[in-house]
Amino acid sequence: MKFVFFPLNPYRELPPDFEDRYESVYVTPPNDELCDPARAGQFYNWTLDEYEHAARLGFDGLGINEHHQNAYGYFNSPNLFAAALARTTRDAALVLLGNTLALYQPALRVAEDIAVLDTLSGGRVVAGMPVGTPMDTSFAYGVTPSQVRSRFHEARELILQAWTRPGPFHFNGRFTKLRYVNPWPRPLQRPHPPIWLAGGQSLETFELAAREDYAYNFLNFNGYKFALDTMRIFWETVERHGKDKNPFQGGFFQQIVVADTDAEAERLYLEHIQYFYRKCLHIPPYYFAAPGYTSKRSADFQMRRSPAAAAVREAVREGKWSNYIEHGIVIAGSPDTVADRLAEAIKGLHIGHLMASLQIGSMGHELTLQNLTLFAEKVMPRLRGIWDADGWPDPWWPSGASTAGSA
Amino acid sequence: MPVTEQTVSLPGSPLVAKVLAGGTGDPVVYFHGASGNAWTPLHDRLAERFTVYAPWHPGWDTLDDLELFDSLLDLVLYYVDIFDALGLERPDCVGHSFGGMVAAEIAAIRPDRVRRVALIAPWGLWRDDQPVADIWGMPPGRVAELLWHDPRSDVAAASAPAADPEAMLRSYLASSAAAHFVWPIPDRHLDRRLRRITAPTLLVWGQQDRLVPVSYAQDFAARLPDATVRLIDAAAHNVHLEHPGAVAAAIAQHLDAAPVDAAR
Repeated sequence: MKFVFFPLNPYRELPPDFEDRYESVYVTPPNDELCDPARAGQFYNWTLDEYEHAARLGFDGLGINEHHQNAYGYFNSPNLFAAALARTTRDAALVLLGNTLALYQPALRVAEDIAVLDTLSGGRVVAGMPVGTPMDTSFAYGVTPSQVRSRFHEARELILQAWTRPGPFHFNGRFTKLRYVNPWPRPLQRPHPPIWLAGGQSLETFELAAREDYAYNFLNFNGYKFALDTMRIFWETVERHGKDKNPFQGGFFQQIVVADTDAEAERLYLEHIQYFYRKCLHIPPYYFAAPGYTSKRSADFQMRRSPAAAAVREAVREGKWSNYIEHGIVIAGSPDTVADRLAEAIKGLHIGHLMASLQIGSMGHELTLQNLTLFAEKVMPRLRGIWDADGWPDPWWPSGASTAGSA
Repeated sequence: MPVTEQTVSLPGSPLVAKVLAGGTGDPVVYFHGASGNAWTPLHDRLAERFTVYAPWHPGWDTLDDLELFDSLLDLVLYYVDIFDALGLERPDCVGHSFGGMVAAEIAAIRPDRVRRVALIAPWGLWRDDQPVADIWGMPPGRVAELLWHDPRSDVAAASAPAADPEAMLRSYLASSAAAHFVWPIPDRHLDRRLRRITAPTLLVWGQQDRLVPVSYAQDFAARLPDATVRLIDAAAHNVHLEHPGAVAAAIAQHLDAAPVDAAR
């Protein structure tokens, strides 16, 4: 079992009445009113310190993502942070999850950045390729919603060719016309860094992962109980393609907070969890409904799943600790409680990579370090060997990273 | 009014077009806006004097069809193919909102295939000081305030998208098709091409249009070689639904102003 520390880098100090005063945490929260560059820089530095702390504690990977124009997670360019971490860490995988391909025209720059990072880090890079939310792609970056997926696929094709075909060669795509593709350098890992997809609930993404043998990561804040149904459909897709149900092909994002006791966890973390669900997810529905972003098939699927999502939203709205816990939205408590619940989640979802969200919402630096330490020292050891008896290999792990997590 | 729904295949193309048709008389092609295609009271009134064809924009069946459209030029050629398939040599073209932009593009790129033009609150131009509203980046209630002079009127209530999944899907496909061509700003340099529209052009605008403010009427008129502006009071962006009688009368008068062959 492998553990990736996956913070979102939220703006940790939004005003208490943020969600009443502003329409959205994404796209339009006014930067001049809400985002103090000095505080933003402080939060970036805290996040980098937290990554380095996690690496020292033995986390297998450091997860970094890309989002734009928001207070929920404002990494913007994950490659910048990976470059810093390539220099200050030695063994951890740098899990880029990732670069939002459809935003870059041509996406050659993404191929170059990842190759640079791979050489710089000694082959520790995971090349995550998320399609990107409608807020990032269509609203913040102006990509036509009906073209997000086509642009993503063309960029993926270009990047794979740039990494694997000897240059120079030409690339005549629908959106990208390049006479000479010949990036220097190519990645250290051969044939290329492992590719992970990050999905909401698009059937197309399940199919792509199953067909191309990419790792699939369900990144969702509704918790593991909600995710059971989604991951079941993913694994059915894998089996339909005649592939092995290797748990290392699956990953899941889970909010986790650990304290000495269950009661202490509530006391320490409740306000920060409320901050995340009330403020950081304060996104109006019309931003998710960018016209043309979702295929007819996936729209049908998501409509069928919407009662379950609505139940979670309702539970979250109240902000009661017991609701977060009972729905599995947050796994929280003493090390024993957390380890038991996580074992249930890992087995139920059938995943070998856990994206452990251990900095949530307004959690400060010291509390985050404490959460990381408790998790690494008291929870991780109990779950390490959970898949060992099955003997699965993990071809989705970068070859230059440590293999403490077995497989 | 008997209205038929027909599908039209286009030679050598995998696309199948769908068209509503009704009425008798010279041909008028009506291009719908981002909320979707429907036979409205305006269509009824125009069909008393003309044969009205109302095609769906592409993507009406599946968004996959939009993969074959990379620009408005592809869309213009799609409609010229439909004119050919329907045997329309030189129809009048009427369009509302996004459909007005489409009608203007066809008339600019193929002036030989369009007789007269009527544009109802068309998209297609852009002013930084009075931006066209982003209907996809606001709550439905606020969109309604831009579309209607009186959002609580019967016609506004009757036009609200139905809540059943089938209607929601149709509405989603229609707005996706419009967004495909104009996202995120409905300006594809029509301002450079309006000079090519030789067809006499009527601009109909609701005085209280807050989606495409009425000042755009003058911007269109200033660039068109032969333009007439008709403003309608107590009307917003959906002027064609709020005042179908007045809009139909203005359009019919404009289209009747010259005999069919006069422009040839």
